[in-house]
Amino acid sequence: MIEKFSSLKAVAIPLDRMNVDTDAILPARFLKTIKRTGLGGNLFNAWRFDESGSEVPGFPLNMAAYRKGKILVTGENFGCGSSREHAVWALMDYGIRVVIAPSFSDIFYANGLKNGLLPVRLAAGDVRSLIDLLLASPGGEISVDLRTQTVIGPDGASYAFEIGAFPKECLLKGLDEIAMILEHEEDISGYEREWKKKTPWLFADI
Amino acid sequence: MATLFRKIWDRHVVAERSDGTSLLYIDRHLVHEVTSPQAFEALRLAGRKVRRPLSLLAVPDHNVPTSPDRLERIEDPDSRIQIQTLRENAKAAGITLFDIDDIRQGIVHVTGPETGLVLPGITAVCGDSHTSTLGAFGTVAFGIGTSEVEQVLATQTLWQKRPREMRITITGATGFGVSAKDVILSIIAKIGAAGGAGYAIEYAGDGIRRMSMEERMTVCNMTIEAGSRFGITAPDETTFAYLHGRPAAPGSAQWESAVADWKTLPTDAEASFDREVSIDASRLVPQVTWGTSPEDALPVTGAVPDPADQPDPGIRARMERSLRYMDLAPGTRFTDIPVVKVFIGSCTNARIEDLRLAAKVAKGRRVADGVTAMVVPGSGLVKRQAENEGLDRIFLEAGFQWRLPGCSMCLGMNPDKLKPGERCASTSNRNYEGRQGPGGRTHLMSPMMAAAAAVTGRIVDVREVLAA
Ligand code: SF4
Repeated sequence: MIEKFSSLKAVAIPLDRMNVDTDAILPARFLKTIKRTGLGGNLFNAWRFDESGSEVPGFPLNMAAYRKGKILVTGENFGCGSSREHAVWALMDYGIRVVIAPSFSDIFYANGLKNGLLPVRLAAGDVRSLIDLLLASPGGEISVDLRTQTVIGPDGASYAFEIGAFPKECLLKGLDEIAMILEHEEDISGYEREWKKKTPWLFADI
Repeated sequence: MATLFRKIWDRHVVAERSDGTSLLYIDRHLVHEVTSPQAFEALRLAGRKVRRPLSLLAVPDHNVPTSPDRLERIEDPDSRIQIQTLRENAKAAGITLFDIDDIRQGIVHVTGPETGLVLPGITAVCGDSHTSTLGAFGTVAFGIGTSEVEQVLATQTLWQKRPREMRITITGATGFGVSAKDVILSIIAKIGAAGGAGYAIEYAGDGIRRMSMEERMTVCNMTIEAGSRFGITAPDETTFAYLHGRPAAPGSAQWESAVADWKTLPTDAEASFDREVSIDASRLVPQVTWGTSPEDALPVTGAVPDPADQPDPGIRARMERSLRYMDLAPGTRFTDIPVVKVFIGSCTNARIEDLRLAAKVAKGRRVADGVTAMVVPGSGLVKRQAENEGLDRIFLEAGFQWRLPGCSMCLGMNPDKLKPGERCASTSNRNYEGRQGPGGRTHLMSPMMAAAAAVTGRIVDVREVLAA
């Protein structure tokens, strides 16, 4: 289900790394669950905790200034690798609602939108300035407004971002995508009837 | 004038939105135990049904142990619950399940093609990013998240934005000791781990034409490591020969007309792509990765690169981090790097041809002292075939473990894992930090290269081992 999102002003956490993969966001051993909840405690497990389970000092999530952070600002190709939606659930369970990066993996981007985690693409130079600002004065806040598609940095600088009209509407209204697809039920059944005539083997028992 | 990808896409459009997004009909849906339980649960909570159970195949692979006693008991309670949940969901919906005692069980991307479920001209999805493997058949196949799994279960469709298209032309034949894995590793190194983002990638050229289906699957498999969800290559006589007679392929009455249709699919001569890349396979040498991104592949004849030579500060920082994690010093020759574990398996390289190639290297040699090496067939059918050919005996005599099928040490969620600090020569597809177990260090390479590392105890150029 999509959790509604329209705007948010919150502490932003700088994670100054590129190619952050979904194994780093949530290691595989935490995927052995049949639920979506309770994953936030293991978000970035290998970076956040040492072998004894103690917090690694200096990792942004462990620093007092960023504890209340709900926005993550990070490097390019965020969420690459495995399709595990658990990565999105872990971020959201921790409290993150927006990730700002120069680019995202295609699957992570789609998974984020489907849950109400807003992935915001900004130019690499703009993300760099945001990260530098957040590192220079930890605890700085960023505002994100989906309606106007703008991000306002801790210094008041404003950046516009792009998002498709349809995912935007789904996020703003928290729409049930399946119900919307099922409005096309006749199209789907019609397509299926014709396709079955051409490719009966795709409809047989295996 | 259309591309292969476009022709298949257009055939599957059920409806379109004004922004150009298509409601795509999905022909085949594969599910495994890790990414499906939440989808089935959400469907149940919403009071919805699985729309077309016969389009599905369910197979447990990620957290099944690969030891023979797995049929008696699975030690880990969470894994047991996930596998049991898959069984229950499959049963309740009437979905075919290849359970862990079924000879057809295996890694989902190995087992699907073996049954003939994956055919040219169709769409296929799975809640798993390596679904790109299936594009080897001339199929629009892509990995999806769990919310999308739920959508396909409920509606048999997905809203999708058509990606841009890239063509990668592979020319020439790989030389002695070089394989499809080396081709794809060098492609990823060339275009980068995000190079394919937003694109579908068609592999073309005589280099891919001369490859077997197994080799094409290896290439398409790692398309996701180049950032693209879709790898595809045209169906041809090799494809048809592979599919003929498989249980879910068109039967003899329908075969001729199906093939006639499949022959219309390849990209038209005048069709154009958003980006063109080419690679000469005949010039490649065996590849090995040194870092924690699949793009970190270099010829085994080289050495660990020096971040100081990298002008971009972001990339330099990433390289430094990788080398710290991998515990490697710049300038170290790859062939001076010792390994303690060797893993031959995964959806990239656990098909029969992969095992044959590895066995050629293992034959008559011994796994080096202090090295643990395992061979994990991609499916029960691959395992049986290998045993019929005597490959298991070759591996066992050489001191390799011969295990039951599953994802195994490709990812650290079943009992086969690296311990912190252990260094592994692996035929899998991801060398991320902790991928094979917390603190584990992964060097990706081909099955021949991994077998050669097993018998020498270090990374080595397989061509030298074979020549010796
Ligand atoms: S073998 Fe590895 S990459 Fe392939 S499906 Fe299993 S876990 Fe994923």
